[in-house]
Amino acid sequence: MAFVNMKKKEIQVKIVYYGPGRGGKTTNLEYIYGRFNERIKTEMVTIKTHGDRTLFFDFLPFDIGKIKGYDVRIQLYTVPGQVKYNATRRLVLRGVDGIVFVADSMAIRKEKNILSLKNLEENLTAYKKSIHQMPVVLQYNKRDLAEQGIPLLSYETLEETLNSKLKAAAFPASAISGKNVVTTMKKIIALTMASLEKQLS
Amino acid sequence: MQYTLGQTQLDTIEEILQSDVMDLGVTCVVLIDMSGNIIAHLDTGEIHHDIYSLAALAAGNFGAVSAMAKIIGEEEFSLLFHKGTKENIHFSKVMDDFLLVTIFGKAVSLGFLRMKVAEAIGKIQNILQD
Repeated sequence: MAFVNMKKKEIQVKIVYYGPGRGGKTTNLEYIYGRFNERIKTEMVTIKTHGDRTLFFDFLPFDIGKIKGYDVRIQLYTVPGQVKYNATRRLVLRGVDGIVFVADSMAIRKEKNILSLKNLEENLTAYKKSIHQMPVVLQYNKRDLAEQGIPLLSYETLEETLNSKLKAAAFPASAISGKNVVTTMKKIIALTMASLEKQLS
Repeated sequence: MQYTLGQTQLDTIEEILQSDVMDLGVTCVVLIDMSGNIIAHLDTGEIHHDIYSLAALAAGNFGAVSAMAKIIGEEEFSLLFHKGTKENIHFSKVMDDFLLVTIFGKAVSLGFLRMKVAEAIGKIQNILQD
């Protein structure tokens, strides 16, 4: 749960980008970092393996200004997507306030998306949280690959396989070109802030 | 985990950190929760570390080290300390959900710091448990 500092009038909010390996979670954060470079005062922290895959997490903090007199500090995290790193994923999820699930639109990744979403549900249960009771936004990434003739899952198929029960907001996106990256982020921030307001009141 | 700390509690925590830890001559002390949120932060005013990133990494690091301890059959490691050429960093768990991170230079002895940190933690626990 977000930490509210009454003394400094500051709220720290944790948003985690979750999803299968090589799905574009880090690319989302890199795009945001590049786009809002002037407003983000600190460096983006990444812990990668030699093969350039996320080993532990990426971390990007920034301020979004004041809400009801409180300075709101958003902290974006990614998790390592590879199946073997579940212990690390669970660590990063601790205290999460909102989740962006970055799904891979490539047809060959259909199963991986489903497994990753199931894994997210299980890991949240470990913290006594339910995916159905917290702010979640889905992002169907890599839509740009259609231009290169790579077979993609249709928006409808993705909705059916991942979002039929969740019924969360979902955006087709291309993290590499930035399409809908900011929209996704704005949506999860809005949902998370609304949910926090409800919890705090 | 959900918790709320009022202004008086935060003031008292800062007072304890100032008198028990900062006054030893350390560079910086940060109380964080295991999610990586900063609860209290004091420094000499001469440094400009990115403490938000430090908090996120410290929480992650602590989680990783605890997991390593369990793999080799330990409940936890009692000393978590990294030594640098100029600055060192010391981590100490406060109950199950919080972590005290202290950055200090050559002028402070590790043994004395550990003793004073343990004292401060005892007092902070009383506040957090209320």
